[in-house]
Amino acid sequence: MNHQNCIKGAQSIEFEEAPYLISSAAVAGKKEGEGPLGKMFDMVGEDDLFGADTWEEAESTMQKEACLLALGKAHISQTQVRYLFGGDLLRQGIATSIGVEELEIPMFGLYGACSTSGEALALASMNVAAGYGEYMLAVTSSHFGSAEKEFRFPLSYANQRPLSAHWTVTGSGAFLVGTRRSHVRITGVTIGKIVDYGLKDSQNMGACMAPAACDTIIRNLEDFGRAPEDYNRIVTGDLGYVGQSILFDLVIGKGYDIKKNHMDCGMTIFDQETQDTHAGGSGCGCAATTLSAYILPKIERGEWKRVLFVPTGALMSTVSFNEGASVPGIAHAIVLEHC
Amino acid sequence: MDKQKQQQAYENYVKQKTPVHNLPLNMAKAFVTGGAVCLLGQCILNFCKSQGLDKDISGGWTSILLILLSVLLTGFNIYPGIAKWGGAGALVPITGFANSVASPAIEYQKEGQVMGIGCKIFTIAGPVILYGIFTSWVLGLGYWILKISNIL
Amino acid sequence: MDYINAFWVGGLICALVQILLDRTKLMPGRIMVLLVCTGAVLGALKIYQPFQDFAGAGASVPLAGFGNLLWKGVKEAVDKEGFIGIFLGGFKASAAGISAALVFGYLAALIFSPKMKK
Repeated sequence: MNHQNCIKGAQSIEFEEAPYLISSAAVAGKKEGEGPLGKMFDMVGEDDLFGADTWEEAESTMQKEACLLALGKAHISQTQVRYLFGGDLLRQGIATSIGVEELEIPMFGLYGACSTSGEALALASMNVAAGYGEYMLAVTSSHFGSAEKEFRFPLSYANQRPLSAHWTVTGSGAFLVGTRRSHVRITGVTIGKIVDYGLKDSQNMGACMAPAACDTIIRNLEDFGRAPEDYNRIVTGDLGYVGQSILFDLVIGKGYDIKKNHMDCGMTIFDQETQDTHAGGSGCGCAATTLSAYILPKIERGEWKRVLFVPTGALMSTVSFNEGASVPGIAHAIVLEHC
Repeated sequence: MDKQKQQQAYENYVKQKTPVHNLPLNMAKAFVTGGAVCLLGQCILNFCKSQGLDKDISGGWTSILLILLSVLLTGFNIYPGIAKWGGAGALVPITGFANSVASPAIEYQKEGQVMGIGCKIFTIAGPVILYGIFTSWVLGLGYWILKISNIL
Repeated sequence: MDYINAFWVGGLICALVQILLDRTKLMPGRIMVLLVCTGAVLGALKIYQPFQDFAGAGASVPLAGFGNLLWKGVKEAVDKEGFIGIFLGGFKASAAGISAALVFGYLAALIFSPKMKK
């Protein structure tokens, strides 16, 4: 097999035999269930614990459920899945390790902060396109409780969140990628590089990630020789209100305008007016659940013909933050097309 | 050097783009919340004094009761709501200290008696105790030196 | 009268700290440390005690009052016991507050379970 002509520009791949996104599932927490996308999720938890004892176990449960639902929708058993690509926000990716343990699918554990869904989808589709397997599973998750514990304060601690702060989405999205026909194809990917403008404010992740989103989007447009209008929507993961306005400025600075067809999952998943989430949603689960519940159905129906899905990640750790390091950003772009 | 300038420029730009809380309004809320906690403290203090307790013991009772109240409100998940509205008004009084002890203890109970509750109970309050004790120790040392050299 | 003084002085301290909280990147933990240290220093400079005599709980309930208490304890212990008092006074004076917070905090961990933020 010769993949030479698949390589596009500096950072992109355009698949010769584009893999299909066969099925997907979204499991979400209570607050997400009360949000604008509430009715579109496949499963909404009653109390954010999903029958488990701890936030961490709850996150693992969501991942497992999301995987099983996605497989069930496609009538595929887990033994038919060649590899699984999964990740979350917790240290050492423990939510994924425990979550997918029972599925017994050979797996790659990933970390790309909130951009992990893009990383997982890119790797899954690359593996399918390369012929390394018929079916690949991509799954990511985040949980408000476990993320607050990991990155910020105990949940009952008396702090006031700044307006630029994000609300970590409690949710998990799973995607089955393969060679079997469906109505959505992953026709290309653009893998992002780390972009760091030196910002140190972990409570303003939108501003930390916007430069990375801009870089990847521009890279994608140039690698594929496309204009922003060639996409029905350019969907970023979780830039939020602050990040979006910065992204617009940055992109205009590079000579493009994406204002008309931009959408952000973090701004879509919560209602800013009534849910008091400040800048918007974030976390590995944010982009994944929104993609599965809201974006993919639109592409399946042909409402949107071509969408650029760009989950963004703020790659910080509590240690690097305490040591005064800046927060590097990353973003990966996935080209989704109706077929 | 050039990179530093660029980073500074981006930071300034982000600052301009980022919305912030309405400060006068937040200050007013903090004023009311903090004032109310202190008023409650004064009530307890005066009550203790009226029962014939001396000043220090009354102060001790005031702290203990306010701390108990704050811990209960933290356990019932009410204190975070007060803090969300009252900001510094909930952080600055001794009730904020009590919350900073109780909240990690509750949150990390699943990680065990020693490594969970035992260690994490000090995550926020530990520094307060450390630097408080250290500062007063340094000041006390200075006081002792001045005292033995007959300056005081 | 002491009720009014407690209210407005305590409220004012909190309102001033709100500026730090909103306009600087200082985390709440650092602000608490800052308050306690400031209280201890102001106590040593003989500023905090007269202030507390005026404002009552308005000055003793905020964490700066905790700092002042630490200083007072150290000073009294040095007066009474000499050098060793530097090591004795702080914890002695703050014993009620710290013990209460730890004991109640621990009991709370046994009784209550973690809850989601609203």
